[in-house]
Amino acid sequence: MCKKTVIEAKIIQNQEIAQGVYRMVLSAPEIAAGASCGQFVNLYPKAKHTLLPRPISICEIGEDTLTLVYGVVGEGTREFAGYNAGETIRVSSAIGTGFKPQKTKTAVLVGGGIGVPPLVELAKQMSGEKIAVIGFRDEPFLKEELEKAGAKVYIATDSGKTGFKGNVIELIQEQGISGDYFYSCGPKVMLKALAAYCESINTPVQVSLEERMGCGYGACVGCVCKIKENTETGYEHKKVCKDGPVFLGSEVVWDE
Amino acid sequence: MSNHQGTEKKLDLSVNIAGVTLNNPITTASGTFSAYESGAFYNLNELGAMITKGVANIPWDGNPTPRIAETYGGMLNAVGLQNPGIDYFIAHELPYLRQFDTKIIVNVAGRSIEDYCEVAEKLNGTAADMLEVNISCPNVKKGGIGFGTHSEMAAKVTKEVRRVSKKPIIIKLTPNVTDITEIAKAVEAEGADAVSLINTLLGMKIDVHRKKPVLANKMGGFSGPAIKPVAVRMVYQVRRAVNIPIIGLGGIMTGEDVAEFIMAGADAVSVGTAAFVNPTAPADIKNELIEYMQKYNFKSLKEIREAFTE
Ligand SMILES: Cc1cc2nc3c(=O)[nH]c(=O)nc-3n(C[C@H](O)[C@H](O)[C@H](O)COP(=O)(O)OP(=O)(O)OC[C@H]3O[C@@H](n4cnc5c(N)ncnc54)[C@H](O)[C@@H]3O)c2cc1C
Ligand SMILES: Cc1cc2nc3c(=O)[nH]c(=O)nc-3n(C[C@H](O)[C@H](O)[C@H](O)COP(=O)(O)O)c2cc1C
Repeated sequence: MCKKTVIEAKIIQNQEIAQGVYRMVLSAPEIAAGASCGQFVNLYPKAKHTLLPRPISICEIGEDTLTLVYGVVGEGTREFAGYNAGETIRVSSAIGTGFKPQKTKTAVLVGGGIGVPPLVELAKQMSGEKIAVIGFRDEPFLKEELEKAGAKVYIATDSGKTGFKGNVIELIQEQGISGDYFYSCGPKVMLKALAAYCESINTPVQVSLEERMGCGYGACVGCVCKIKENTETGYEHKKVCKDGPVFLGSEVVWDE
Repeated sequence: MSNHQGTEKKLDLSVNIAGVTLNNPITTASGTFSAYESGAFYNLNELGAMITKGVANIPWDGNPTPRIAETYGGMLNAVGLQNPGIDYFIAHELPYLRQFDTKIIVNVAGRSIEDYCEVAEKLNGTAADMLEVNISCPNVKKGGIGFGTHSEMAAKVTKEVRRVSKKPIIIKLTPNVTDITEIAKAVEAEGADAVSLINTLLGMKIDVHRKKPVLANKMGGFSGPAIKPVAVRMVYQVRRAVNIPIIGLGGIMTGEDVAEFIMAGADAVSVGTAAFVNPTAPADIKNELIEYMQKYNFKSLKEIREAFTE
């Protein structure tokens, strides 16, 4: 009956892999067993005044482990960064509707910054040719993991310090990167531009959206996005935490 | 959980609200519970009652995002009562709720008295055990002033809904008023079978780095442990002003918090934001209440209430 749970998981590793970006590996066999690519887990901070769960995408699913990669942006993630291996953290079951890997010839995985992590498990799940185009402000991360998953990796940085100077869409165009299916996770402006680009080249794209969440498990209707529907308004507010976070780029109403 | 089952029988956790017996005083605060999603985490039969998210006569789209912001020990929400409308609710959600061995309280929203009455009438022949009327909604015809902030308007909604509904009605009071006892007395006089309090406090958060309000709606409802003292004070005041049952809520996180509301005068309680911090909170809080009662050898909720001295 109770299909979901929150457990105290043991932290196996919690290591800074780029400035302000951490990889956390959790021992959580029961959660790993029920997880799929593009889903997220809720991490619960211990501080009593931080009430809400922090949704973090699943970066890699092991037999008994879950790997998460998170950026330190505020109170909760700062607390997480202070944990040592051997300590525990409260983590929920895998939540949401993730990526649906398609059987295509060439998949293009486009990631921006802290949106790159879920692309690693996605790449691992796909058998065909895969190209990852990942963009960062300054310092790239997860390049080796994507390569290990069989992807050819292209890197863009805003600063030009590593790889191409510019954004991922400019890089795709400059390199003439093409494929028959796109997948993406990153800032909304990037997803919006990519959805428009994919529409112009008539190629489908799955995008993973981000929104402020309350409960993080579908009860509160806090984290909605506009999805095209045959209604009076032409859209319906769908839950990012349940119906998403992954949607088709063509069904999202990109108004902001 | 299971180690309480033996003793639970000796304790009487039941409570009668307007002729409806709840197995225990724990209910789910409206808008913080979904039978399908919350029921994935704990057994809903543990609840005294399920209070649904607000439902209106027609579907409401709700507010733009961000709708949620965390604050110190609390949170703001501006969901804007997004709901699929009463027809959809009766056809698709109510049948699912019926399978559980607990009571069903349907929270009702409206933009006019007619809206509230339409929902109440449509619920007459259904499995709903009670209605909870959320009068914190803005009255569109009266320029968007909340029904719940004026005694006359609160009284009018109560009177009309009481007239059309065949179910006991709970009027849910807003704390955003100067004197909550005045509103409580007004709704009691018009036939409210019970009151629930408090709804959220109107709040705001500004992101000083982006130099903008955090919520798209600018303001939102403040809930969570930070508001508990206000809620306890209001339950205490309302208990001394009316004779109908009170469902107390606002920041309940633990079994001891429940005892505190009962001492202040609540007959039952609702658990809201706590279920965001911990999805199994309503069930856990019930068990903590049992532990509290065992510690002080209380056999019933009445004994807790009567133990309170001023
Ligand atoms: C589906 C999903 C997947 C995500 N995956 C990752 C990931 O893999 N790695 C990663 O680093 N980050 C990810 N994020 C963003 C991450 O949830 C936030 O960075 C994090 O919650 C910030 O918490 P904080 O306490 O440090 O920040 P604070 O600003 O102190 O947080 C305050 C509140 O705002 C919320 N919040 C703040 N920033 C965001 C944000 N960008 N998105 C949603 N809620 C936010 C917090 O959850 C908290 O409730 C994801 C977000 C979503 C919705
Ligand atoms: C996300 C959210 C949605 C809510 N929706 C409703 C609603 O639809 N109707 C209602 O009467 N109250 C609603 N409330 C108010 C709660 O039911 C409750 O009165 C309030 O949150 C205080 O309790 P708490 O501190 O335990 O959360 C909502 C609260 C939250 C946090």
